[in-house]
Amino acid sequence: MDYTIKIGGEAGQGVDTIGAILSKIFTRAGYHVFSHPDYESRVRGGHNFLQIRLADRPVTASRDIVDILVALDRQSIIAHEKELSADGMVVYDSAALGEKVEKPAFLDVPFTDMAIKQGGSKIMANTVATGAVLGMLGMDLGIAREVIRGELKKKDEHVIKANLDLVVAGHESATRNCSRCAFALPPGGQRKLLIAGNEAIGLGAVLSGCKFYSAYPMTPSTGIFSFVAGKALEYGIVVEQAEDEIAAINMALGASFGGVRSMTASSGGGFALMVEGLSLAGMTETPIVIGLAQRPGPATGLPTRTEQGELLFALYAGHGEFPRVIFAPGTPEQAIHLTNKAFDLAEKYQIPALVLSDQYLADSSWSYETLNLEELRNTDYRLRGETFRNLQSYKRHALTASGISPLGIPGDGPHLVVTDSDEHDEEGHIVEDAEMRRAMVQKRLLKKMPLIKTEIEPPTVYGSDKPEVVLVGWGSTYGVLKEVVERLSARNAAMLHFSEIYPFPGTQKLDYLALLRGAKRTICVEQNAMGKFASLMRSETGYTFDANILKYDGRPFTVESLSGEIDAYLAGV
Amino acid sequence: MHTLQEYEGRTPAWCPGCGNFGIRKAFQQTMVELDLAPHQFTIVSGIGQAGKFPHYVRCNTFNGLHGRSLPVATGLKLANHAMPVFVFCGDGDCYGEGGNHLLNAMRRNVNLTLFVHDNQIYGLTKGQASPTSLEGTVSNTQPFGALSQPFNPMVLAVAMDCSFVARGYVGDIDHLKELMKEAINHQGFSLLDIFQPCVTFNKVNTYDWYKKRCYPVESTYDPSDRVEAFRRAMEFGERIPLGVLYRNQRPVFEEKVPVLREKPLVRQEPLFPRVDGMLEEFY
Repeated sequence: MDYTIKIGGEAGQGVDTIGAILSKIFTRAGYHVFSHPDYESRVRGGHNFLQIRLADRPVTASRDIVDILVALDRQSIIAHEKELSADGMVVYDSAALGEKVEKPAFLDVPFTDMAIKQGGSKIMANTVATGAVLGMLGMDLGIAREVIRGELKKKDEHVIKANLDLVVAGHESATRNCSRCAFALPPGGQRKLLIAGNEAIGLGAVLSGCKFYSAYPMTPSTGIFSFVAGKALEYGIVVEQAEDEIAAINMALGASFGGVRSMTASSGGGFALMVEGLSLAGMTETPIVIGLAQRPGPATGLPTRTEQGELLFALYAGHGEFPRVIFAPGTPEQAIHLTNKAFDLAEKYQIPALVLSDQYLADSSWSYETLNLEELRNTDYRLRGETFRNLQSYKRHALTASGISPLGIPGDGPHLVVTDSDEHDEEGHIVEDAEMRRAMVQKRLLKKMPLIKTEIEPPTVYGSDKPEVVLVGWGSTYGVLKEVVERLSARNAAMLHFSEIYPFPGTQKLDYLALLRGAKRTICVEQNAMGKFASLMRSETGYTFDANILKYDGRPFTVESLSGEIDAYLAGV
Repeated sequence: MHTLQEYEGRTPAWCPGCGNFGIRKAFQQTMVELDLAPHQFTIVSGIGQAGKFPHYVRCNTFNGLHGRSLPVATGLKLANHAMPVFVFCGDGDCYGEGGNHLLNAMRRNVNLTLFVHDNQIYGLTKGQASPTSLEGTVSNTQPFGALSQPFNPMVLAVAMDCSFVARGYVGDIDHLKELMKEAINHQGFSLLDIFQPCVTFNKVNTYDWYKKRCYPVESTYDPSDRVEAFRRAMEFGERIPLGVLYRNQRPVFEEKVPVLREKPLVRQEPLFPRVDGMLEEFY
């Protein structure tokens, strides 16, 4: 069983509401789900859709083929009818769309009329649609009732009851009228959880003891901000919406200097504004975690779409030379753990750590039976309280063998904590002499970098041990690459996925260069126009991929589109 | 009781006769009188001759970027609101590069004290016009004279309902010291603009120029009267008022943050949360 349900409509019509409720019902019932939204940068109108893939095995990407299309507007039919599978169905409300479609694949359910007559409100049309989809799938309503009750728990009882009645009505209407519906669901397994990339990064931050989060809202990074803000009271986090991204990063640095774990996040131009502050973190050796949720640029670009165009920007952002780490999680699970690792390394080495995602990862929801939260790296590297107070002497930027200086908390003891954006001496005071400059560059950068590099885990290999075809990717393409590799099993294929990008992984833990050199064809798959990762690979290792598959239309790869491109390439060589 | 020597930092690289020396002297005396040890407070500064201030006064220091001291100080204060946090910057730093941060610091009303070394010129970059330079100020980058009107920080602050608005002058150290104490003791965001002649690059706004114009507001002046405060703040010509021009009792930002009600963020435990049950909301 592997069905795709697509809900299309104008912004504000409830595409997300229907999608969220259906996804929750499916995961609660024990099915695997992958969902991704496609939306425009507007609050009302336009055309948005959300696609849910529902399966009885793990699914990690979207498909091109639609089994049930919920059309809340005419544009949904115009744009997506052609995507229907052989048994695919469109469910719509002819009265609302002002058009009756006399084709066998069309199921007319009067969402709005039923909502007004039975529920008393047009807004509940979404509940009717939800019920209709469940009826088409032949799913019983036990879990649906439980989920709707849970989602509406803050509403009045009569609203809850009306919604429960309407989900039944929608279900009955579809069951009665859809003689052509041939969908069948096997019994569900253990209940699943559903988590999106932005939520995972936010959860990773909360779990890592993030106490201060300042940011300026910018799509697609805002989800991290709102997730952390929602946890502020429970977990004792100060969240502040800064006047701009420059302030956001400087506030986070101030809080980190004050002794608490701090984070900021942005996208595209917002991160561009943070670049000066990134360099300040480098010079003052102030730990900070920065989320960069990429979207297509340049400038404002496509605000609600996806791209992996900023890898080298993230790597080279900031004036001057200083160490950093860059992680690019491929899944929400990796996002939790790599955000945690970013917090750990940022504080351990007193550096900025970047968590690079993109709109696709940020907004896509993945299902899991559970997530392992036991192996978090939570160590406090700061000198606080008595430990700091009892030191004989203290120099914030003391020259040490490792390059790591003691990170004290101002006010916790009689020692002064001094740091400067100018070059400084061990105490943190401004200096200009050549010898101290050399010593500080060695301490801050050259001594730390090799140590940081030992922390980096190698890329993930999935598929064949001795592959003939290797698909290489980084960040959010993990899920689609994994599924495409499964489809290519006859070709003896493997995926090589990089999520810990910088310092670039060495080959000691895993000789990925040998793997690549042993393959007949290596293909680097990226969502950008220039092959940013391929170019980083070349500069770090000297290795050049046989081919690059690049996509830069702002839309994510789907399983069919990517495997089609790969088949075409392999057929041509 | 602390002594002035305790606050003696590195040797200043300021020009002899620089107005900054007066600010340093008044500040060190203020710390003695407020009984604040060097490790008990932090100075955040930016770039410019004023940015170097904390290197010359022993204290916790974050000397950050040009124009960005207020956000750093905001983050620091929210991390540890039990610690006094002072911001020292110049007119270019705070009124030019960091203008947006100033507006928002006034809106937020975090309990910070901002000291602006206002010499109406750029000193560190050798004599260009600053936001507070008089119209017509000629420099190597303003060959036709500064064409923009000077920025009046006092008027802006009163308009923004800034919690504490004052102006001092290094020509009267005792008066300046008292203003510093008042500014620090005020609960809320405090702006103290300090005239400090640049003896090297500003040949117009000299000690004599300020001496002729500056007068302390009368003892009967009521700084809670916002309309009168506007009138005084606009007075910038033949006569320039010194003293507390405006003051209000707006609630302090950090008191409105529920998370900070019990104790400062940096003192809150546990450092890392328990993970049990954290996934439940996703099912």
